[in-house]
Amino acid sequence: MGTTTDARPTPDLMLWLEIFETQSRYAHAIDSDDLETWPAFFTEDATYTIVSRENHDRGLPAPILHCRNRAMMRDRVVALRNANIYEEHRYRHSTSGPVILEADGDSVRTETSYIVVRTGQAGDAEVYSAGSYHDTLVRTDAGWRYRERKVIYDTSRVLTLLATPI
Amino acid sequence: MTQMTTRAADREVSFPQADGSRVPYRVFSSQEVYDREQERIYRGPHWSFVALAAEIPNLHDFKSTFIGDTPVVVTRTEDGFSCWVNRCAHRGAIVCREKFGNRADHTCVYHQWNYNANGALQGVPFRRGIKADGKRLTGMAKDFQQENFGLRTLRVADFHGLLFATFSEETPDIEDYLGPEMQPWVERIVKGRDLEYLGCTRQYAHSNWKLYYENVKDPYHASLLHLFHTTFNIFRVGMKARSIPDSRHGLHSIITVTKPEQDADTAAAYQKQSIRSMDSGFTLEDPYLLGQISEFDEDTTNHIQTIFPQLVIQQIHNTLVARQVLPKGPGEFELVFHFFGYADDTPELRELRLLQANLVGPAGYISMEDTEVTELVQDATVRDGDATSFLGMALDAPDEQDTNITESLIRNFWAGYQKVMGY
Repeated sequence: MGTTTDARPTPDLMLWLEIFETQSRYAHAIDSDDLETWPAFFTEDATYTIVSRENHDRGLPAPILHCRNRAMMRDRVVALRNANIYEEHRYRHSTSGPVILEADGDSVRTETSYIVVRTGQAGDAEVYSAGSYHDTLVRTDAGWRYRERKVIYDTSRVLTLLATPI
Repeated sequence: MTQMTTRAADREVSFPQADGSRVPYRVFSSQEVYDREQERIYRGPHWSFVALAAEIPNLHDFKSTFIGDTPVVVTRTEDGFSCWVNRCAHRGAIVCREKFGNRADHTCVYHQWNYNANGALQGVPFRRGIKADGKRLTGMAKDFQQENFGLRTLRVADFHGLLFATFSEETPDIEDYLGPEMQPWVERIVKGRDLEYLGCTRQYAHSNWKLYYENVKDPYHASLLHLFHTTFNIFRVGMKARSIPDSRHGLHSIITVTKPEQDADTAAAYQKQSIRSMDSGFTLEDPYLLGQISEFDEDTTNHIQTIFPQLVIQQIHNTLVARQVLPKGPGEFELVFHFFGYADDTPELRELRLLQANLVGPAGYISMEDTEVTELVQDATVRDGDATSFLGMALDAPDEQDTNITESLIRNFWAGYQKVMGY
């Protein structure tokens, strides 16, 4: 009892809190339909990818959404606001605390489980997506930013469509 | 009350026009129609797309999928491919529970009946009984013959890496099935090419599969529902277009769009017609995903080809996809996008193919609306089975094929569907 716990290095709780706080603000921005601020959680050269666990586990690259830089994230938001047609809806994210896999000064690699409940116009709510974030964050002057965020979803069938990012 | 319900259920599906221009809404929600489709279409003389050969590249690789709503497994064998109904000959349990994998044989978990890759039964536990306390306990029935209890196997056709299966002995060879009008267009994408599977995306819709089939035979909606093009000034008025039905029965079809030499001012052209797509002034910060690397004799921007009943071949810019349409009941279907490239893709081409996954699929800039509109139709038509839709665009010019402002492919589809279904 306690051996494995004792053998672990003392976790950097401050770092953990900072990452968790970043994740919470990220989810809050999306859940508040404040999509215009969503790209600001990333570095300019960041990648954002949503891919099924089925593909990820088999080493297959086909994503349902992939932004190769922050410009593409801004494009996505402009398209959602002005071009694409979809039922109005809200997300509510529920996330686990981040698990820090690797911390190297100003760069951290983490994984975080999530559930997104989507509520449509009729008040119909469903577990729309469940999976995990695989992230690399970097410390910038403005705080922690995602340099790579990979959303790997377990819920292999996307219900109707995916408009709002996860 | 009971009487009325019975009478309504007994009512025949009736298409008021043989030309397919009026479709009774009942066909989108009736369980009876759905069951008849399973029998006449998916169990009938048709080839259903089941897999890309590139998904199962090694001996004994397998994939679980469906023909209509019947679960099947397709697997690579020593002499080609085998496809069998995924249901144990013993008590009817699903034999293979994995989506994909590699196995030389498959064992039902219930009583461990074991089948080889071709679906032949090769082992039954306690077949000859067991010895207990010096007594021999009886095994399987005396007249049990193992060779009569294989899995139900289907015919398989490999058309340049596209795998099809059929339940029926009457289904013609795949070349005849595709026919002279469709075959060259399918070959354009797959013939002489070494396909590489890049993964799939799955989408689930609460609507009837035929509403999606209408959608992929409907070039009329493209610039009206999908405003991405016009918002970002991408769709060019004056595109060269084709809308070609299979003239034998109307069930297969192809739509192509090819860019004109000269760019036109799209927004102005649309504005003149007062179409709701005036949000011009937007530009993409990173428009790279809208590029196209030349790779065909004619670089169509769109090639959307339906091979009845469960395949849609798609080339949009440089994305290549085999879409599988799987009915899950009268009001549900699943859509599986199988992305592929060619083994000799340059890194730039491969990157662009994957980047253009942003255009199609559940989150696709120019496709995300499609499943939702099928649900809008499903929800609004469920009660009025005898009311009909009206497919009148270019009705007076049934032979016009060089247009995308037409509903002729949908009409042709319904005309063929009526014959197949005996309506």
